[in-house]
Amino acid sequence: MSDVQLWPGVDLHVVSGKGGTGKTTVAASLALALAHGGKRTLLMEVEGRQGIAQLFDTAPLPYEERMIAVAPEGGEVWAMAVDPQEALLDYLEQFYNLRRAGAALKKMGAVDFVTTIAPGLRDVLLTGKAIEVVRRKPDDKKNHYDAVVMDAPPTGRITKFLNVNSEMSGLAKVGPIRNHADLVMGVIASPRTAVHLVTLLEEMPVQETVDGITELKAAGLPVGAVFVNMTRPSVLTDDQRAAAIDGTLPLNQIGADLVTSGVIEEPLAAGLLAGQLAHEARDYAMRIALEGRELRRIEELSLRHLTLPLLPSGVDLSGLYELAACLRAEGVR
Amino acid sequence: MTSFENAPALDIDALIADHEIKILVCTGAGGVGKTTTAAALALRAAEHGRKVCVLTIDPARRLAQALGLASLDNTPREVVGIHSPDGSGSLHAMMLDMKRTFDEVVETNADPERAKQILENPFYQALSSSFAGTQEYMAMEKLGQLSSRADLEGTWDLIIVDTPPSRSALDFLDAPARLGSFLDGKFIRILTAPARSAGRGIGKLASLGFGIFTGVLSKILGTQVLTDVGTFVAAIDTTFGGFRERADKTYALLKQPSSRFVVIAAPEPDALREAAYFVERLKTDSMPLAGLVLNRVQYVDAAELSADRARVAAQTLGTEEHQLTSALLGIHANRQAQAERQQHLAERFTAAHPTVPVAMMPAMAEDIHDLEGLRAIGDRLAEG
Repeated sequence: MSDVQLWPGVDLHVVSGKGGTGKTTVAASLALALAHGGKRTLLMEVEGRQGIAQLFDTAPLPYEERMIAVAPEGGEVWAMAVDPQEALLDYLEQFYNLRRAGAALKKMGAVDFVTTIAPGLRDVLLTGKAIEVVRRKPDDKKNHYDAVVMDAPPTGRITKFLNVNSEMSGLAKVGPIRNHADLVMGVIASPRTAVHLVTLLEEMPVQETVDGITELKAAGLPVGAVFVNMTRPSVLTDDQRAAAIDGTLPLNQIGADLVTSGVIEEPLAAGLLAGQLAHEARDYAMRIALEGRELRRIEELSLRHLTLPLLPSGVDLSGLYELAACLRAEGVR
Repeated sequence: MTSFENAPALDIDALIADHEIKILVCTGAGGVGKTTTAAALALRAAEHGRKVCVLTIDPARRLAQALGLASLDNTPREVVGIHSPDGSGSLHAMMLDMKRTFDEVVETNADPERAKQILENPFYQALSSSFAGTQEYMAMEKLGQLSSRADLEGTWDLIIVDTPPSRSALDFLDAPARLGSFLDGKFIRILTAPARSAGRGIGKLASLGFGIFTGVLSKILGTQVLTDVGTFVAAIDTTFGGFRERADKTYALLKQPSSRFVVIAAPEPDALREAAYFVERLKTDSMPLAGLVLNRVQYVDAAELSADRARVAAQTLGTEEHQLTSALLGIHANRQAQAERQQHLAERFTAAHPTVPVAMMPAMAEDIHDLEGLRAIGDRLAEG
């Protein structure tokens, strides 16, 4: 365990990944790990899925910062769901003191236009909220966070989502929203931000990760780490795995052991069970071999990667703390 | 997972053998294997004598190669290597190019000069390449095109559509209407009212605080954006009125008994919740559901041995003399725990939707590299 900071100076952690890789889980455990020891982090959701609320088993999150968990050794995780409509009204209030005009705009369909139709505007509003939080002054103790973690859109859309500048370039060349986009981009494309990608050790997610990193780099966005999620522990030796794949595990020995363990009494049934376990072991060994191959592709990226285990019974609140502890053990501070 | 004891089985072969069915829509949350399932269904249908066209949205590179789709050219290409015993089946595949589809809609509906005006408009360019709902809208548009071509030329008798990787599966149904209602809606009338110099409109709007309205919009967006939007809408409005009508037509097509939805999920809370939303939505809109395909299911061989008992036995044996058997029991305990959790989630789904037929697919870690791999998935799907 080192005490060197993994991401010195990073205030905004953007967590993306292919659908189904567990990016919400990783974002939540990262927020917990970063809050450890008296710090305060904000976990942000931007896609309206309420995945964070479900993970922490709380009521749906509003457009409002509220505390949802306590980190070990003192520390707080806060969370909010950023909704584009609310973000627009918030933006109007903060920059133009125009909150009351919101109702009129809504009636005219303008809010709909800005938040769902107008390309790029929606994304500027969503990322803009994160940037507003990040730019709060440390002496504003009540509102300041040590880090903001965003549960962001999936890998396929992340570069477009973050690259608000180029997305808006065709649309607004000048004007206030353009200036706002520039401000947002000034933080997102700076060393204050790290974009992390979550992957599983399977071909398709790894390929998307490799492609996603290329895209992010080409857009000048700061790539953080790769989070390798749901890895299986290696409990068999190399020789045992090879035997499992070849179907040459010592079934008699295994059957006898099973009887010894008390899990089964009758030797014939024990032999049958040994065969079934050996077949499962074959599947497992092939999976470990595949994970090894895919891990090498991740290693070739020469980026920092962090590994999280598969929790067989699924991720609940205690699972999140377990994963946060794994991240701490890998140096997340 | 042993099985969905209470759910009826989804009979894939009966589905693809039914010549009354002309459209299959594969939908579900991101990362559940929609595209692969759509491609596997398409191949199996073709090899069972159907003339199939599969519209994929964003296939993984390997899958695209397996289908022989080297480039994204927005045209159905024949897939070679199909085993159709009597030669009656065929398979075409295409990848959707959303911008190109949008451009084609403009080009076929506007005279050349106006088309040029639209295609060069900055707002159109942004809308056609980056608006989150454009992909859904264009998938619908393409489906409409393929379907009328099938009717006219008899090129295909089954179209299988993969849906865009949206935040929500419902976006496929909702985004086109949203875009359509925007293009036809009040807001656009307001923006273009000055351009049309429609006195009646302005008078009415003034009472709604039109000044504040445009003032605020200019403040947020800048006047240039408003001008671009206005020009775009004016150009598009006079060329082909009723964007919404087009979307509505395809939407109506999906309500016909000749269309079926296949909802795809993985045994994870998010994916199953998404599937449940979609199933409920189909019911509300009287759209025909074929069933649920549950991918990535964890199977175990020793299903009788519970995770807890296996764990205790592993501990009894310890890690030295009986290390191998102890490790095997540990492996089983983890797989069994996962299977038990999936079973629980699946049971919750079937309890809420007892009539939805289900087919299950085991978890597969490796990509599809060739038609053989897709064929194997089709075989497995047909077993239920």
